[in-house]
Order: sequence, then C-alpha cells, then structure tokens
Amino acid sequence: MTEVTLKRSSPASRIGSAAVTGMFVLVALYPFYGNDRTQVTLVEVLGYFSLAMMWNLLAGFAGLVSVGQQGFVGIAAYSLFALAELNPVDPFLSIPLAALITAAFSVPIALVVFRLRGGYFAIGTWVVAEVFRLLTLEIEALGAGNVQSLTAKNAFDGYGVELRKDLVFWMAWVLAVGSVVITVAVLRSRLGLALQAVRDNADGARGLGVNLSRVRLTIWVTAAAWVGATGALFHLNSATVTNRDAFSVASWTALVVFIVIIGGVGSAHGPFIGVGVYWIITEQLGKQSTLRFVVLGAVAALMAVIAPKGIAGMLRRWRQFEIFPIERRLVLKEEKE
Amino acid sequence: MTSLLQVSHLTAGYGDFKAVFDVDVQIESGETIAIVGANGAGKSTLLRAIMGQVRIHAGSVFFRDKDLAAEPTSHRSHMGLAMVPEGRRLFPSLTVRENLQIGATAKRQGPWNIGKVVELFPLIDRLMNRSAAKLSGGEQQAIAIGRALMGNPELLLFDEVSLGLAPVVVKQLYAALPEITREGTTAVVVEQDIHQALAVSDRVYCLLEGRISLTGRSSEIGKSSITKAYFGEI
Amino acid sequence: MNWLNALVQGVLLGGLYAIFATGLSLAFGVMRFVNLAHGDFAILAGYLTLSTASALGLSHPLATLLVVPLMAGIGFAGQRLLFNRTIGPDPLAGILCSFGLGVVIQNLLLEKYSATDRFLDAGSIETDSFKLNDSIAIGYFPLLTFVSAVVLLGALQLFLSRTKMGRAFRATADDPKTAQLVGIDDKKIYGIAMAIAFGTVGIAGFFLGARETFAPSSGPSQLLFGFEAVVIGGLGSLWGTLIGGVVLGVAQTFGNQLSVGWNLLAGHIVFLLVLAFRPNGLLGTGVRT
Repeated sequence: MTEVTLKRSSPASRIGSAAVTGMFVLVALYPFYGNDRTQVTLVEVLGYFSLAMMWNLLAGFAGLVSVGQQGFVGIAAYSLFALAELNPVDPFLSIPLAALITAAFSVPIALVVFRLRGGYFAIGTWVVAEVFRLLTLEIEALGAGNVQSLTAKNAFDGYGVELRKDLVFWMAWVLAVGSVVITVAVLRSRLGLALQAVRDNADGARGLGVNLSRVRLTIWVTAAAWVGATGALFHLNSATVTNRDAFSVASWTALVVFIVIIGGVGSAHGPFIGVGVYWIITEQLGKQSTLRFVVLGAVAALMAVIAPKGIAGMLRRWRQFEIFPIERRLVLKEEKE
Repeated sequence: MTSLLQVSHLTAGYGDFKAVFDVDVQIESGETIAIVGANGAGKSTLLRAIMGQVRIHAGSVFFRDKDLAAEPTSHRSHMGLAMVPEGRRLFPSLTVRENLQIGATAKRQGPWNIGKVVELFPLIDRLMNRSAAKLSGGEQQAIAIGRALMGNPELLLFDEVSLGLAPVVVKQLYAALPEITREGTTAVVVEQDIHQALAVSDRVYCLLEGRISLTGRSSEIGKSSITKAYFGEI
Repeated sequence: MNWLNALVQGVLLGGLYAIFATGLSLAFGVMRFVNLAHGDFAILAGYLTLSTASALGLSHPLATLLVVPLMAGIGFAGQRLLFNRTIGPDPLAGILCSFGLGVVIQNLLLEKYSATDRFLDAGSIETDSFKLNDSIAIGYFPLLTFVSAVVLLGALQLFLSRTKMGRAFRATADDPKTAQLVGIDDKKIYGIAMAIAFGTVGIAGFFLGARETFAPSSGPSQLLFGFEAVVIGGLGSLWGTLIGGVVLGVAQTFGNQLSVGWNLLAGHIVFLLVLAFRPNGLLGTGVRT
C-alpha cells in the first residue's frame, strides 16, 4: 500500500515566505532609518495593501465581489471619530474598536445582500454603502455631513507629532502583516479548503456538506473588521472625516479593486504585485490626477477580460509556484523530493 | 466520392479532460449508424465533438470535404448537420410551436416543415401553443426531434433518445426513424440500449472507455462479441 | 403636505427609472451580464448630446436622435470586442471589466468637460405643465418620460414575443449552447442585445439630462436606481421594471414629503425592504442569478 502524505509547502514557498518575512522586518524598522516623506507614502501603501488582501479574500476566494467596501470604511471612520474625538478613548485603541463596530454592522448587511448573487450582489453592496453614507448625513452628533476633525486637544491628547507619526506607521504595518497572516491562515485551514471547493464547484461543494453561508459569512465579517480597521487608520492619519471621502467609491473600492485585478485576483501573492504597480503609477502620475484612475482602470478592465488571473496568473503560466505554504499536494511515498 | 462524415483519429473531451481517444468513424449518405456503449464510454462526447461543443485535442472531423474544426457550432445546422441533444433541451421560454419554428433558423430546402413534423408525431398537434416547459419526457423528445428536422439536415445525430423514457414511448419514437431516413436524412443514433440500436441501424460502432471496441454490420454482429465490446473483458 | 401630488410625481419619475432599468434588465436577461458602467454610459450619452449639438448646431432633442444610434453602435462594438469574452459561468470578469470601464469613463469625462454641472435643454416643454386639479400639476416633460418608458417597454415586449430575432433572444437567454445547435449565432445576438440596451441608455441619458443637471460623477447613482427598479420589480419580468421604477419613484417622492433630502434614503430603504422580505421582487419569476 503506497503511503500518501500531504505536503503544504514547497521550496518556492519556503523561499517566498522567508523573503516576505524579511521584507516586512525591513519595513518595520523603517522609522529608524528612513525619511519622513517616504514613511508617509509607506503608510498609504501598507494600508492599500491590507485593503487589497481583504478584497482578494472576498472576491478571489469567497466569491463575494463587493464594490461596497467604502461602506465599511465610512462606518469605521465615523466610529473612530465618535470614540476618539467625542469620547476620551485612546485613538489607537479606537481603531480595533471601530473594527469591531464595523464587523457588527456587517452581519445584518450580509443578511440582506447575501440574497443576491454575482453582479447584482455587487451593486447591492454599493447600495448599502450609500445608505450608510446618507444615514451619517442625518446624524447631528456626527456633524451631519460637515467636515469633522480629530484634534490634538481631544483625540490626540497625550501624543506628540513624532510619536503619532511612528505609531500610525506601525499600526499600518500591523494591519498589512495581519492581512497576510489572515489570508494564509484561512487558505491553510479547512475553511480555505472549503473555499477552494466552492470556487471550483459550488453545487458539488454543497453536496459534500460545506456550509456555504457560514463560510461566506465568516470571511465577510473578518474582511469587514479588517477593512474597518484600515479605514479607521487612514482617517486617524489624515485626522479628518468628511462624508464624501469616507464613503468614496473611488478611494476605497476602485483603487483596491484595480490593485487586486492587476496583481491577480484569487492569488495569495497577487496583491503584492498589484500594490507595487499602484505605487509606481502613483509616483509617476501623482495622487490628484484623473489620469491615475484612467490608466489603472483601463488596465484592470482589459486584464479582467484578457488576463483574468492578473500578473500573478501570467507568472504562474510560466512557472507554477506559490510563495506561501498554502498548497495541498498529495505525495506518494515513492516520489523523490 | 467523399463520405458524408469522416471522423479520423479523434481525441476529444471537455477542457483538458479527454473522453474519446483515437476514434475513427465513417458515415456514408443514406446509412443509419448506431453508436453504442456503456454509460461514460464517450458516446455523447463523440457527438458533441462532431457538433463542436467539446474541445478537439487531436484528429479531425470532416463533413463532406469541409473541416469542421474551423467552424463555430452555430454554422453546423446551416451546413446541414443537426443534433437532437441529450436531455432534449427544449427552450422553456418558447412555446412548442416556437421551438419548432426556431429549428428552422437555418433556412435549408427540404421536405420538413411544421405540417410534416406534426404528421410524423401527431401528438404535437394539440401541444402547439403550450409552453415547452410543461411537457412529459416523451412529448419533449418528439418535439426535440421535430425541431432538429425543421432545419432539413443531411445528417442528424440522436443523442440518447431513450434516456429516461418508458420502453413503449421509445418504441414509438424509433418507429418514426424510417420515415425520417426515407426523406433523405442520414441518421446517427447514440444508444445505451443495444437491441434497439441494432434493430434500427445498418452499421454499428461500439465504444468502450473512449475507444472503438467493435464495428460492423448490425445484422452480422454476434451477441457475444457485442457484449464483450460493450462491457469489456471482465 | 401633498401626498397625492407626491404620488403622481413619483409615478412619473418611475418612468425615468424604468428606462434606465430596461437596458440593465435586457443585458442581464440575455447575457447574464451586469453592466456596472450602465449609469456612466448614460452620462456619456448626455455629454455626447451636448457636444454633438454644439458641433452641428442642433437642438438637444435632435442631437439625441443622432446619439441614440451612436450609443447602439458603441454597445454593439463593445459587446463584440470586449464583453463577449466575459460571458461564461463566472460573472467576475464582466463585473470587474464594466466597473473599471465606468471609472475610466467618469475620469475621461472629467478631463474633457470638467466637473461643472451641465444640463440638456429640451425647450419649453421642460417646464410647461397642465393642472389636473387645484393641487396637482402634471409636467409635460415627466409625462413624456413616462409615456416613453411605456412605449419602449411595450416595443421591447413585442419584439421579444413576436419577431424571429426576439425569439432567438429568448432561446439564447434560455440555453446558449442549444441555441447554437439550431443555428443561432449567439455572438451576434449578444451584440444586438447590447446595441438595444445601449440605445435605451442613450434615451435615458437624454431624459435625465433634461430633467436635472448632471456631471461626470452622476453615473453611479443612476446605476443604483436602475438596479433597484429591476430588483423591486423582479428579475425576469420586463413590465416588472416599470412597476419597480414606479415603486422606487414613489418611495423617493414620499420620502421627500416627510423631510426634504430624504428622497434618496427612502428609495434605498424601500429597496432593502423588498430585498429582505420579497427577494424575488414584486413580479419576479424567480431568476435571481
């Protein structure tokens, strides 16, 4: 009887994991050796990376193609404001709290939008985000749509400018690393196996007893929490909450979606590539330009059709590999390593 | 003179999967051919490969002197090649009459029209305005055959006509076959039921695990050889 | 508080939403394609009308007569060149492609026309109205919009049920593979379906632009309204989109009666309620995916 073992990693994934870990360690130490301007950019890059990993988890693995991420960001941003500015909650503690609030809201949202599928699900998430945007306009305590600021007097009481800057950076780092850890953990787990099964054949998976709704809901709530945390961090960084920007499709969904598509949706390392492309394009074209959206949007739209697996997919066609230990390969005893 | 249909060294299947291997089939005008084999032997895949619905990995399919590999599926009915698909597959949003009418999308000359189809299967007459979604299996099968005939095909492929139908219904359907071939259509019948297949055909091909295991004149094939070819060596 | 007037205005507004919803519904019905750029294309049509009118010295309504077939052409080309590749069991490609396209269109419009609000001029008909009674006035233009919606939907229904091509549409929507077997060129059908859908988008763009001001970023809200109308009415039903549009319009005008500025929220909430309690919509035939 041949013996069968399950191999989770490969030479590529060992190298890849080591490289990624090393990279993150280098980045973590940046405030000690780097310049301020790039540190600010890195916060944004790390933040978008975290958002991208989460959207990839949702759309690429759980089949939940949401274009309503801005809803989670907006909820988290206003939660942050309510906690840190209106109440004496530590601003950095407010971030995980805002994440929890967002996660809480995501449950009833799921109950409604999960009745839809495919493109209609996508638009449904957009509607929900709009509803929250309009609701926050009505709430006096949150400023009823006026620009709200996180002030040094209230929110940042006790934090000097330098400390604030570095803490924000490390928080962004935690969120980015965490998003990788979550993604790898999910894909390695039974939940991940269920997701792969569902992705390949939803009906077959259901037949095997995979609880589709529970799997999807778990991913949804987790992603909502993490997106909320990241959104809260961005607003902590800018110290401003405006209704239009907190719930902006362009900033929180469009760019994220483009990053993931270009990098490779459904691939664990796709967002790394996508964020890299985003960084380069943003450096070249500037943050305010419409050209940035045109270029990224056009490339993403074309890639969705011509190269649906993104750059990661193109690389995989050249050589099959995973940089994280998320594979499941059955190895027969006779097989040489 | 070129054969009506020439399948040579065909290896085909869905995507990367292969279901038929190195299959050779030759069909002359006027014959009735049966293709038999157990469930999963590759019979339907072979028909679908001929109709361009599955991927051809190797080999070729020629309809007269035309290489079908280059043609999209929708051209075939215009060329005179039609199929009664497995599971009937009538259009549920259309009435029975509309299902027949749409069968004539390929405007080809020939004897078949709605009147003649109703002559062949009189049961259709009272069903004309019914939605195709609410019919019995036998009714659906008759209409599906009628729909395929409306295109006046030269070659008509029947994919598992008997599937899910009571024997007496199957008999009635096959009783119509001589009329169809008499009007000039060459028929290829894919069947799991060996007796039925041998009874209606001139020649038979047997598939086993994707390969041709036997071929010959239906009247000359011995029971033991076809059984062995059908089930394989035990 | 004039609820009756609000009801009438809401019904007429529903006509506009129904026109938007029609294209969305058609594309989805035939090709299972949800065009997230639907609203943006309507705004594009509005800007094209502006430019065509000034370039050729035409009035806006006349320019629209040129823009509608132009949009149909764009839809046909877009389908054949781009969207046809997205058809398949995985809706991801179509959603993402159209989403990206929408963003591109919005930003290109912003580059070319800037963010200033624009409007289309349909002449005096825009503001003229007749009085039904002391408290209800019916604007000619909203009435025209509503009537156009009914005519459009009626024409589409006739097309689908009475013509050969319409029959081919229905067959292709049912079962594209078997449609190919009977000789229907499904790629061509998709192209024509998209052309019709884009034609309605051109019409919708005109009625929208003449009714209220628009800007490059106005697309998404129209997408949401169109989508809500489709879902409220029920997927799979053409007249459902009219009912859905009307329900949405009335919800919005009623919301406005309750408190000015609540119109959008009221519409969205009614939509969510329908989704929560009657997910198949009011007239739906149950096709949800």
